[in-house]
Amino acid sequence: MLYAVISGFIAAACLPGLRRLLGERATLVAALAPLSLTVWFAMQFAAATSGTPVESTLPWLAGLDLHLAFRLDGLALLFALLISGIGTLVVLYSHGYLHGHPQQHWFVMYTLMFMASMLGVVLADNILLLFIFWELTSFTSYLMIGFNHEEEKSRKAALQALLVTGFGGLFLLAGLLLAGQAAGTTSLSGLIAARDVITTHPHYPVMLGLVLVGAFTKSAQVPFHFWLPNAMQAPTPASAYLHSSTMVKAGVYLLARLNPGMGGTEPWLLYVTGFGAVTLLTGAVMAAGQVYLKRLLAYTTVAALGAMVMAIGLGTEKAAKAMVVFLFAHACYKAALFLVAGAIDHETGEKNVTKLGGLFRPMPVTGAAALVAALSMAGVPLAFGFIGKELLYAAIFDHPVLLAIAVASSAFFLLVAFQTGIRPFLAATKATPRTPHEPPWTMVAGPLALGLVTLAGGMAPGWTADVLAGAAAASMLGRGVDLHLHLWHGVTRELIASGITLAAGMVVTVLAGWWLTAGGRLAGLARLGPERGYDLALRGLVGFATLQTRALQSGSLRRYLLIVVLTVSALFVISFARAELALSFTGLTPLTVPMALLCGVVIFAAVSATVSASRLGAVAAMGVVGFSVALIFIFFGAPDLAMTQLVVETLSVVLLVSAFYYLPPFARRSTWRGRARDLTVSVFAGAVMTLLVLLAAGEQIEEPISGYFAETSVPLGHGRNIVNVILVDYRALDTLGEITVLAVAGLGSLALLRLRATRKREDAS
Amino acid sequence: MTSIILRTAARYLFPVIILFSVYALLRGHNDPGGGFVGGLAAASAYVLYALAYDVKAARRLLKVDSLSLIGWGLFIALAGGMVSMFTGRPFLSGEWGKITVSQDWVIKIGTPLIFDIGVYLVVLGVTLTILMALSDVREDGEERS
Repeated sequence: MLYAVISGFIAAACLPGLRRLLGERATLVAALAPLSLTVWFAMQFAAATSGTPVESTLPWLAGLDLHLAFRLDGLALLFALLISGIGTLVVLYSHGYLHGHPQQHWFVMYTLMFMASMLGVVLADNILLLFIFWELTSFTSYLMIGFNHEEEKSRKAALQALLVTGFGGLFLLAGLLLAGQAAGTTSLSGLIAARDVITTHPHYPVMLGLVLVGAFTKSAQVPFHFWLPNAMQAPTPASAYLHSSTMVKAGVYLLARLNPGMGGTEPWLLYVTGFGAVTLLTGAVMAAGQVYLKRLLAYTTVAALGAMVMAIGLGTEKAAKAMVVFLFAHACYKAALFLVAGAIDHETGEKNVTKLGGLFRPMPVTGAAALVAALSMAGVPLAFGFIGKELLYAAIFDHPVLLAIAVASSAFFLLVAFQTGIRPFLAATKATPRTPHEPPWTMVAGPLALGLVTLAGGMAPGWTADVLAGAAAASMLGRGVDLHLHLWHGVTRELIASGITLAAGMVVTVLAGWWLTAGGRLAGLARLGPERGYDLALRGLVGFATLQTRALQSGSLRRYLLIVVLTVSALFVISFARAELALSFTGLTPLTVPMALLCGVVIFAAVSATVSASRLGAVAAMGVVGFSVALIFIFFGAPDLAMTQLVVETLSVVLLVSAFYYLPPFARRSTWRGRARDLTVSVFAGAVMTLLVLLAAGEQIEEPISGYFAETSVPLGHGRNIVNVILVDYRALDTLGEITVLAVAGLGSLALLRLRATRKREDAS
Repeated sequence: MTSIILRTAARYLFPVIILFSVYALLRGHNDPGGGFVGGLAAASAYVLYALAYDVKAARRLLKVDSLSLIGWGLFIALAGGMVSMFTGRPFLSGEWGKITVSQDWVIKIGTPLIFDIGVYLVVLGVTLTILMALSDVREDGEERS
């Protein structure tokens, strides 16, 4: 199963190469990846929907309890089929939608990577693995939303989505870790099984709060809903995939998955249902006032997510069944409508529904698919959405407030369904910037396929969804569930509620114009909402960063040195004071005359370097210090160090002299005050370092490891030079890090020097 | 600086220093030496040549771009570490083999040597990159003015 998840990444990696071979047709071929995944998952149908799910585990980081554990049960299968199936359609669609775009294959790459990440989320059975894939979905969706990166609005929207979901992701990690600790395992299924421990744990409210923040940010619940409509800057296939059928449903998936483990308690019921219901109403009301196709769909997605979250909150068997079927139906119709919206925009160049009409004649197939999807969204019988709505009503019928909210919101859904799926096609023809005709087959295949599924679900729901949805609901509840969907139950109270909804919806639609103006006024209110909070927070963060950078990173090398030296010395002093270490002079080697002479030379050279009036003199003095240090190494029997020090010192002198070229011809001497300050700091730092060395020499905390090295150097390391064996064998990883840092430093220096050169050349010319 | 003594000396010293740097690299495992010293010594050979003639001549002598040296060095170091992964041991474990030249002369070769060669190349590359870039701009400036 690991390969199923990773295949998306592999396919994405192969795409550039494929493109060189096949040109634009590569993206068409790329659709084979999600298609094969859909088929594979379909083949797992019987196994996954039986009582025992399909599992696969590969050990990875045993120290962190992070394993590549995957689990395919009913809920995961439903999501996996949606992800891979709709993914196929989206990749196909992108091929047509982005035809001729120079970066078309990049978009498909991002889509494939996203698909793999999302599959990882729904299939993961390890909470850390889940988090990794969760963050990967945020990251890949950032790439997809910001695809038109030359437009500032796109960049801002992508950043907003990333920051909000990333912020929630951190909370999620904390919550999952707490829950994992309480349950004593990082396995997700283990965590769910440890329900009694978790729900009675004293930290349960904190855990719940953290996880809810994570799920709510991802699934755009109030107050984190504002990023979703703004993310409509993304190209339409991205919106169809991310914001209607998959990524935003990740939060819903998480809540459904955790329901048997953390749900059913009073806080769960209160908060999850509450936020869900509020989101449902907010989304629906705000949708009513929109005129742009994608924003209409975005707000109703927010509302639909709210409905799903609300159902999870209730947690009854009816609610579970409702949630699952509603999710299935919503994914189908919403994705279809988004794809149709993109097709309309692609063909006519118009995004405003009030300026669209009469598109059925030039685009009949698209129009038919759109019609079916719209009927599903409106909850009209014979479309799958009707079944979902019925089940939802059945679940909340005993809660009058929720029922009222649901009915009202569904009425608005009907309005939006009309605006996006019916009006552009069946209303009177209007003039559009481009003359529309049927889009290419790649763009029609998607809505058509989804429309067929919707019809199948609507007319024969039992055959379509019984087993799959039943298994999914079972995963959500943690026990077996029998699901039997019928189109006709008789004249039940749900049917009456549906009827009222349809009637109310039609009334609202007739008064559509009124809603549009009201919507305009509501939009003004929205400016005071949570989005403003996000803006203020972001601006505050950037402002603080600017302030801090200006103070600490002023560009003056002397200032950096001062700050670094002072801070390090101060930190040492603080740790000395707290550690109460003993100063010992007993372990020091006795001072011989040659050594004393050498030290005298070093001190003299150092002092003359600081007071020297000529640059060359200072460099020469520094060189003397360096060579004397090499002599000290030789005295103490460290030939490797001495050799390296000698060569380094030579090269440093050459380097310093080369650098003289850049210094101004006349030196600016520092003021008396500056010199006093520098003297104080250097004496302080020197004293601190001396103290440090004396203390380190005195303390023996553990056995020195040099003994081990000396013993094993020849037998294990096959070398007599212990220093070298340490560098390239015992501590080879450190050395690898060091040479990498060297490489980066070299590249950085080169870049800086070249930059200066080009600037000089530009100034001169 | 066009001193004929320096030029002649550089021309003769250059191969000697390079030879010494390779010698230091190869003996490093059992005697003082190693990749770092070797790389620095080789770099100083090129620097000497650059001081005697000019940086362009030194670059011509180097034949490859100093940046490639850095890249290849890192790659070789990593490759040396990855050999052990094929024998089932963790990354960067030392794998050793013996070459018997004659009865008394057995040469031991191991992946740490490959790693050390990588270190040598990186150090050589980085030092030359920085020093030649510094001198480059200076020489460009002097040519213009």
